[in-house]
Amino acid sequence: MNNEIDWKKYLIVFLITIGLFLTASYLSNYFGNKKIDQLKLIQDKISIDILSSETQFSLLSELSCKNISDSIYSPELGELGNKLEWSQNNLGSTEEVSYLKKYYSLLQIKDYLLAKKISERCGVKSAFVLYFYTTADNCSECEKQGLVLTSLHEKYPELRVYSFDYSIDVSAVKALISIYKIKDTELPAVVLDDELLTGYHDIDELDLKVKKSFKLQETKPDLKPKSAR
Amino acid sequence: MTGIQDAIFFICTFLSVYVQVFFLLTFLQNRKKILIRNGETKLSAYPAVTIAVPSFNEEETVENTLLSLLNLNYPKDKIKIFLIDDGSTDGTLDVMRKFENYPNIKVFHKENGGKATALNLGLEHADTEFFACLDSDSIADSESLVRLMSYFERDQTVMAVVPAIIVCNVKSIIQKVQRVEYNMSVYIKKMLSFLGAIHVTPGPLAVFKMKVFHDLGPYRGAHNSEDMEIAYRMQKHHYKIEHCNDAYVYTNIPPTVFKLYKQRVRWIYGFINNTIDYRKIFFRKEYGNFSIFTVPSGIISIITATYIFCIMLYNILYFFYSNIIQYKDLGFLDKISSFDPFFIQTSSFVFISIFLYCLVVFSVILGQKIVNGKFKISLEILYSYLVLGIVAPFWLMKAIYNTILHKRPEWK
Repeated sequence: MNNEIDWKKYLIVFLITIGLFLTASYLSNYFGNKKIDQLKLIQDKISIDILSSETQFSLLSELSCKNISDSIYSPELGELGNKLEWSQNNLGSTEEVSYLKKYYSLLQIKDYLLAKKISERCGVKSAFVLYFYTTADNCSECEKQGLVLTSLHEKYPELRVYSFDYSIDVSAVKALISIYKIKDTELPAVVLDDELLTGYHDIDELDLKVKKSFKLQETKPDLKPKSAR
Repeated sequence: MTGIQDAIFFICTFLSVYVQVFFLLTFLQNRKKILIRNGETKLSAYPAVTIAVPSFNEEETVENTLLSLLNLNYPKDKIKIFLIDDGSTDGTLDVMRKFENYPNIKVFHKENGGKATALNLGLEHADTEFFACLDSDSIADSESLVRLMSYFERDQTVMAVVPAIIVCNVKSIIQKVQRVEYNMSVYIKKMLSFLGAIHVTPGPLAVFKMKVFHDLGPYRGAHNSEDMEIAYRMQKHHYKIEHCNDAYVYTNIPPTVFKLYKQRVRWIYGFINNTIDYRKIFFRKEYGNFSIFTVPSGIISIITATYIFCIMLYNILYFFYSNIIQYKDLGFLDKISSFDPFFIQTSSFVFISIFLYCLVVFSVILGQKIVNGKFKISLEILYSYLVLGIVAPFWLMKAIYNTILHKRPEWK
């Protein structure tokens, strides 16, 4: 009986298996990079949108508030946030994803400042939420708070939610944290109409606050320019 | 996944891919040796063969089994058929007695004692050079015996030859799934025979040289899997087992998931316990590929299937648990956003799983090709291993559980 073991064959099979694993790793990297490229593309689009909006806003003296259309806001901002979060969880915290996340935080702040200016100047009904969370430890309250805010945003499209990773190394975010005096022990933290709310707040409570914010805006004097020039 | 989970998953998938690649390479090395004969096969001499048909409550199928034996393309005076009723409580014995008048058929009746005892009764009365067993739920193709015997003629060192087992009377989905599995099994058995590493000589018409039993002793109870134990014993004593891919034996398979579950618990229990009984011959190079490859790959497949199933079950349960908790805490559930290809997983584990799946599907196709020279990609090939991935872990875990508690599964 042939009881001889062909060790060479065992080695060849081992090498082929290694080859298959390396191919899988290559394909994973390839598609991961494609996704990062896609993220960059969205980010560039948002960047152009915001730049365009800022320019448009600077020209506001030349324009009517009517011309400030809905397109001034970047709808991709939320999409980019979701994709970045997914990428961080699934592609691993690569340097590129971390970099894109920093850039995203800056874009959010720019969008926030611009949207706030437009809202004040043109009396556009809107409310702003700055949401600070942490990924450093397993923050289940943060996950819940994120879902509550997403749900509120779906209910009130005028509610603009900006979410920031507390531990991100971006000086502008750090400035926001110091402005609102947010401590890392009080996360999640929500800033709604300059009011700081720390810890988890349920949907009913926040819903009331958002409605109150909208109501206040309705009672404010009309800030819209009287007429177009 | 945590780091430890990742590491276990990596090892399991690496070894599973390794096993499949090993089979594929064996196929590529030996593909020209695979013979598929058409028409009648002739031998230079026709040695006498005793075929034992042990039966326990098989009144519905035993007649067709006997008729198929009477129809074999082999000289009638060279075949002795022993019909052994193992204490059936139905009309099996009456069906057998209808054939008593045939000169080459003998009917035996004994108290119920299990298949091994029935076969041993046949062995006691056999005086031929060759001995075969045919389960009474199987039907032998008319060319099967002569083709099996041709392997003994070709190579004097061959001590046993096993046929290609094909499923018949396929109706339910679970039977279609088994058909795919049996096709793959033909491929695996053939490759193992090239490696000299077959680990089971199954009930549907495995033929032995009588010398095997003279030298090594009769069948043993062996955890209700005597067909596996005799193969292990033969491997231990370096007795050569071949696989004849064009000797077809058609077998009835369990029609329901529960019956399949019971059959498989017995098989896996038999595998685990025979492996434990023969543990001293594993990873010993003097026992060849059987020791280094066959049994370890069986153990790997049990561990991998069970582990992946447990991980998936955990994830599914966690998903439901977290949704219930979320609903309880928030009063609403997270909406499923519209489909975006961006969120399709592209981790290396996904690609490895795809590679492994393709290798398995390819094995089934090669199995079909080895049986009849043709192959057809059908939907059942694509879904069968997904269905098996869900149901098989249940019998794997039950067999492990029974082994731990020393609880032998019932025969039927």
